[in-house]
Amino acid sequence: MAVRTGTLSIWAGAVSAALVLALTLGTLGAVVWRADGFGALGLRDWGYVWFTVWQAAASATISVVLAIPVARALARRQFWGRSALITVLGAPFILPTIVAILGLLAVFGRTGIVSDVLSWAGLEPVSIYGVHGILLAHVFFNLPFATRLILQGWLQIPGERFRLAASLGFSASDVARVLERPMLRDVVPGVFLVIFLICTTSFAVALALGGGPQATTVELAIYQAFRFDFDLSKAALLGLVQVMICVVAGALVFKVRLPSTSGVGLDRVVRRWEADGIGLRLLDAACIALAALFLLGPLSMIVIEGIGGVFSLPGSVLEAAWNSIWVTVVSTLLCMALALSMALAVSRLSAGAGALVEGIGFLTIAASPLVMGTGLFVMIFPFADPTALSLPVTAVVNAAMALPFALRALVPAVRDLQAGYGRLSASLGISGLAWLRWVALSRLRRPLGFGAGLAAALSMGDLGVIALFSNPEVETLPLALFRLMGAYRLEQAAAAALMLVTLSLAAFWICDRGGRVNVDG
Amino acid sequence: MLTVEAMHVDLGDFTMDGTFEIAKGARVAVMGPSGAGKSTLLNVIAGFQDASGRVLWDGQDIGGLPPAARPVSMVFQDNNLFPHLTAFQNVGLGISPKLRLSDADRARVMEALQRVGLAGLEDRKPAALSGGQQSRVAVARMLLRDKPLVLLDEPFAALGPAMRVEMLGLVRDLVAETGATLLMITHDPEDARLIADHCVLVADGRVEAPVAMETFLNDPPEAMRAYLGT
Repeated sequence: MAVRTGTLSIWAGAVSAALVLALTLGTLGAVVWRADGFGALGLRDWGYVWFTVWQAAASATISVVLAIPVARALARRQFWGRSALITVLGAPFILPTIVAILGLLAVFGRTGIVSDVLSWAGLEPVSIYGVHGILLAHVFFNLPFATRLILQGWLQIPGERFRLAASLGFSASDVARVLERPMLRDVVPGVFLVIFLICTTSFAVALALGGGPQATTVELAIYQAFRFDFDLSKAALLGLVQVMICVVAGALVFKVRLPSTSGVGLDRVVRRWEADGIGLRLLDAACIALAALFLLGPLSMIVIEGIGGVFSLPGSVLEAAWNSIWVTVVSTLLCMALALSMALAVSRLSAGAGALVEGIGFLTIAASPLVMGTGLFVMIFPFADPTALSLPVTAVVNAAMALPFALRALVPAVRDLQAGYGRLSASLGISGLAWLRWVALSRLRRPLGFGAGLAAALSMGDLGVIALFSNPEVETLPLALFRLMGAYRLEQAAAAALMLVTLSLAAFWICDRGGRVNVDG
Repeated sequence: MLTVEAMHVDLGDFTMDGTFEIAKGARVAVMGPSGAGKSTLLNVIAGFQDASGRVLWDGQDIGGLPPAARPVSMVFQDNNLFPHLTAFQNVGLGISPKLRLSDADRARVMEALQRVGLAGLEDRKPAALSGGQQSRVAVARMLLRDKPLVLLDEPFAALGPAMRVEMLGLVRDLVAETGATLLMITHDPEDARLIADHCVLVADGRVEAPVAMETFLNDPPEAMRAYLGT
């Protein structure tokens, strides 16, 4: 639909795409250029690569295997609090990583609840530093995500099929064989690959819980190469390796079908007849209770331990919170400007060119935020002190990292808008900024609000590039929290964590809510 | 004889009541406006919808039985077939949910497929069958299960007129052969006339007692007249 409004938005989209290219490939190029080529990967570096892939595969496997019984229980049981629990399953996505880690430490750490119980029983306390801690944290984040996706698969089985099964006298195992396993064969590979992809880019979890030759991811290795050794050639090479891992995993994700993540209709429970036995009821109750405990336990600990200290936080933490807020505002606005201009351009370009722009938008999934940060550091260095610009750089990188999620929300909506109202707008001659104001912004409020909410929450909770640039004076709230944890000031850390999680949820809520109120039709 | 006594369904903003009897071997069209509860009625009889009151077959209360234990075979509006199983397997499930079929069972499945005109298509999956052929698979399974009460929830609504008439004729012949009692939801008086000898009206939250088809269509009750626009 080549309406006259086309040219302006195509230009805007092209500028945005160029900016994203500069941020992804450009920064990588800058690192390579500054490093005078690639260094060689040593045996230890290959160990990091192997660990990255291995831990991602293990995290994805554990998450999916545990998610299946939980999703099955949620699919076939109606109980008080079910929809609240399903909402909570969506929360880890916007939960700051470092907050979750602190919560996990409070439950599973050396001085946590589990260790207390063990030592009371005369056993050794557990520690979550190292490989198992990384896996635990990844499962904490991805088990809920996997559960929601697999639950979606379950609920996409038409209710009539379960009735048909009941009228044919199927037992629970017959239903599993004929109905459930074919669905799982369809859904599980996609879920596994997405989680695998997410886990290969793990930085904050590895920074907080890993380290050492046994538990260092490629992202963490980039950070160490840059921050401790200032070895740019190694950082560049590791950055390239990281990109390749993500590209391979990303290409696989594109190949498999994914259940929709909209979360629409998860409130439904299909009436089942084959699972009425007391044994299956108890099994499902246990699955739901354990999953809820695993998710809510660490979060409750943050609230319990943090609530007392919120009003006695040191001024530096409050300053960090203020920094985080404005980084989030800038980053969210930038992300949405990029996403909207690119989505509009995608809908107006030919299929091939549109796919190219969209593909560029998704590049940042494969790009490492740490390589981006390193590259920006190298580019800024000749002109200014990069550490003085740590907050603007963080805002820009966060915007780029949230772009794929914002695009996923916007592109289909813009396409629908164009298909539904493109001809009407054209025949009325509404174009340019008038079109943007009267048609696009009001029709797209919902996806814009949702996308902005995700971008804001991700930016608020991010502990990535800021760790790279940090100097003692300027910090964001997640970095301040990380430093408090490092100094074992756990009460203050819990209070800061409570503040951070509140800010993240509030940022998401304000944006998402803004897209929903007073929307007609 | 199917007896429904003081049936009461409460779905919050929707309620339905009814007391009626249907003679053995009758072929009954269930008619009424959309949303009146025709499907709900069939679901109560088949055991998919809880209701108070009693449902009896030959004087035996079947209201507490699970769906598979009732003397009922039901064909739904859609999703009657499992898409990843062949026509043969879909029919075979009517004999054994585990698809453990003896040679005699396999022969019966083939016979049922042949009876509905699907000989040679037994290895196809639903996606490789036309809409009419898919309906035939569902009818073959219904035939094989040989239950005395057959419930059809508009299974042929998506078919073209000629195909629908053909399927109705096939079902009429099959139930005449087996002596089964038939309840079929339909919107079309012509379809009803073709297959049914009685009609049950579902309207305004009430299920009326069956009336002979000719009487019903020649002198329709008030609610039916509004629906038919006559």
